[in-house]
Amino acid sequence: MNEEMLLEARGISKYFPGVQALDGVDFRLTRGTIHALCGENGAGKSTLMNILIGFYRKDSGEILVRGKPVELSSPRQALHLRISIIEQELNFVPAMTVAENMFLGREPSRAMTFIDYRELNRLSGEYLSRLGVDIDPKTMMSRLSLAQVQLVEIAKALSRESAVLFMDEPTSALGEREVEQLFTVLRTLRREGTGIVYVSHKLDEIFSISDEVTVLRDGKQVGSKLTSELGRAELVKMMVGRTLEEKFIKDNTPGEEEMLTVQSYSKKAQFSDISLSVRRGEVLGIYGLVGAGRSEFLDALFGVTAADGGSVLVEGREVSINSPADAKRVGIAYVTEDRKSSGLVLTSSVKENITITALREISRGLFLSPRMEREVVQNLCDRLRIKTPSIRQTVKNLSGGNQQKVVLAKWLVSRPRILVLDEPTRGIDVGAKQEIYRLISDFAKEGLGIIVVSSEMPEILGICDRIVVFRRGRISGQLSAGEATQEQLMHLAS
Amino acid sequence: MADEPRVDPKAEAYGRKESPSKAFSLKAVGASITQQYGIVLAFVILCAALSIASPYFLTTRNILNVLQQTSVNELLAIGMTFVILTGGIDLSVGSILGFGGVVAASFASSVNFGQASPAIVAMLMALLAGMVLGAVNGVLIAKWKVAPFVVTLGMLSIGRGITYIYTNGMPIPNIEKSFLFIGQGDIAGIPVPIFLFAGVFLLALLVLRRTRFGRYVYAVGGSERSARISGVNTRLVIFFVYVISGLLAALGGTIITARTTAGLPQAGVSYELDAIAAVVIGGTSLAGGQGTLLGTLIGALIIGVINDGLDLLHVSSYYQQVIKGVIIISAVLLDSLRKGKE
Repeated sequence: MNEEMLLEARGISKYFPGVQALDGVDFRLTRGTIHALCGENGAGKSTLMNILIGFYRKDSGEILVRGKPVELSSPRQALHLRISIIEQELNFVPAMTVAENMFLGREPSRAMTFIDYRELNRLSGEYLSRLGVDIDPKTMMSRLSLAQVQLVEIAKALSRESAVLFMDEPTSALGEREVEQLFTVLRTLRREGTGIVYVSHKLDEIFSISDEVTVLRDGKQVGSKLTSELGRAELVKMMVGRTLEEKFIKDNTPGEEEMLTVQSYSKKAQFSDISLSVRRGEVLGIYGLVGAGRSEFLDALFGVTAADGGSVLVEGREVSINSPADAKRVGIAYVTEDRKSSGLVLTSSVKENITITALREISRGLFLSPRMEREVVQNLCDRLRIKTPSIRQTVKNLSGGNQQKVVLAKWLVSRPRILVLDEPTRGIDVGAKQEIYRLISDFAKEGLGIIVVSSEMPEILGICDRIVVFRRGRISGQLSAGEATQEQLMHLAS
Repeated sequence: MADEPRVDPKAEAYGRKESPSKAFSLKAVGASITQQYGIVLAFVILCAALSIASPYFLTTRNILNVLQQTSVNELLAIGMTFVILTGGIDLSVGSILGFGGVVAASFASSVNFGQASPAIVAMLMALLAGMVLGAVNGVLIAKWKVAPFVVTLGMLSIGRGITYIYTNGMPIPNIEKSFLFIGQGDIAGIPVPIFLFAGVFLLALLVLRRTRFGRYVYAVGGSERSARISGVNTRLVIFFVYVISGLLAALGGTIITARTTAGLPQAGVSYELDAIAAVVIGGTSLAGGQGTLLGTLIGALIIGVINDGLDLLHVSSYYQQVIKGVIIISAVLLDSLRKGKE
């Protein structure tokens, strides 16, 4: 058998109640390659990944590891076969050191009892430096940035002598520079012969890092190709099943009137002297690297945290914002970066999530009117094309794109005048992204002032009128989106 | 959710054309029926078994007896449901019940203040006392962010302490006849405590299902951060659930004083445990955000019926405690097994 073939799956099918999640999918991972697995949300990427790491059982098909057929029955067994995964949401013990985390459950010991700390730290340091990562093994995990935690996870996989490494959306929380560092590490691993399965939505990354691409759509395999033989448009077409030009939608025209004016806003150790304004019908972009203070600024603007100084004017009138309730009252809406923890109540229904900002408007006297509520919610679900079997569906069960639309719907009910969106298209598929762009443009046309924070340069250039760049908590420049280039943005940001 | 049926008869109408989501929703309907009505089914089976084992079980007299016996625990459990839905816990309800009971007694008897106040005044004073202790819990938890477990554990001790201080550790006797009606009277043959708890239940149902406050209770328990960012005054919501819990505990104390014809400082010791048990058996998640009052009602009835049935069958109270514990754990175990399957 071919020793070069690390992992091979043939005709994998998996059925979940009501959905054929995978239908006869083939997948081959060769030694020393990075293989991108892509497709829209719900295409079956995570199902395939979960089967290949032993988390789900396949209904039919064959899995071969280094040419030998295996029945994967648990992630533990997969680990034993040197298959590791780095999940999107990283799990680690914050109160332990880097080295302790790397060897959790398999610490080198003396006399089978006491942990041999010297050996533990030496080994950890060795793996970290093999990856070219400069982190002290004795550092507490809680002191690391998210990007560093991820690198530690990779070192951990390396220490397990993993031959196959799955990475699920590894860059979703990283800034540009950190992504480059990650890619450098991945290239090192590839050189050493590791096979990497790279699950991602981001086309730029797929083209810059992967050797091969496998595309899934609706549980079926659309095709596997060498990345070098594939064009961008072709890949998008494979993913969405139709020719969808990956382009940004923008047909609003900014007006004159200033909807929101922020003057020398500051918060110690987070951002200082931020002054900016948004006009009626304008989409203002805020760009910056992770840690530049963008989200911290938005949190303070919306009253989630308190700013130390500065003032905010809404339509020319100074307002005082001490809580999100105050911000809402003056007409600001805030779609946060992390919809799961701060945008949605996952245990509640679509309906309950949407109307939470406007229960007063659907009440008669003391009591809620179920009829009015149903009308409002149904109307928004239609307008935003939220796909849900019922408005009573628990929001946890919706796809990322639909969840994001529920967050948008929730804020539309409150009839805002200023809409603030932090990373509005993070983790959602190409089709849903376009719908979000369309909605942002429509809201601007209706006269809202809009602020969009995004880490994706093409996106921010494509949908905004003006862009303000943050660097280390300060505004480092302002550009008109029409004339700005990615290079200029990068230059101002770093 | 039982009092908020997730099964929407019109679900299909909202569904899109894709068959997967339709099949999914049918499956969901099936799952949600067992989830909502599993506990009701268990209750019915339990009653059927007991009525076969004891012919006396299904008599009107015994049924009224069970309902009356459970009414106080029901009241505590209703308050506890609000608290647990926000992700909190209230361990102090037994002590607040004790304090409310002696405050009511002190006003309904001539022993403390020279002359007895009208029954309604005695009752209102007790409710006020309960709300004050609940408000102390609420301020500490909502404003000062002390863990609910710690605050209410402290209040369990403080509440009991001030009850003993207030009474010098002695029962308050000579309660006015008119006051005793609250615990001993009946209307059309149905004991007054049953009316009280039924009224409170319906009111609580209305608040939880049909008011903004009710929605906020679920939202705060599901994700306090999301609720706050949606403009909800989460502190106020958390504050009020503890006030409600204190109020209902004191109402329970009033009923017990009227039933026992004296203000007993030791009334309600460890009652918090049955109240929490009722909520948990009723399927409300201790993590908050999910649960129903109907579940709590059934939960409390299951505890009541078991106590009653085992008494009828002359099972020793020692065994009763073991059986009750087994049922609490089984209810939650079944729930987590089912979730594990999903």
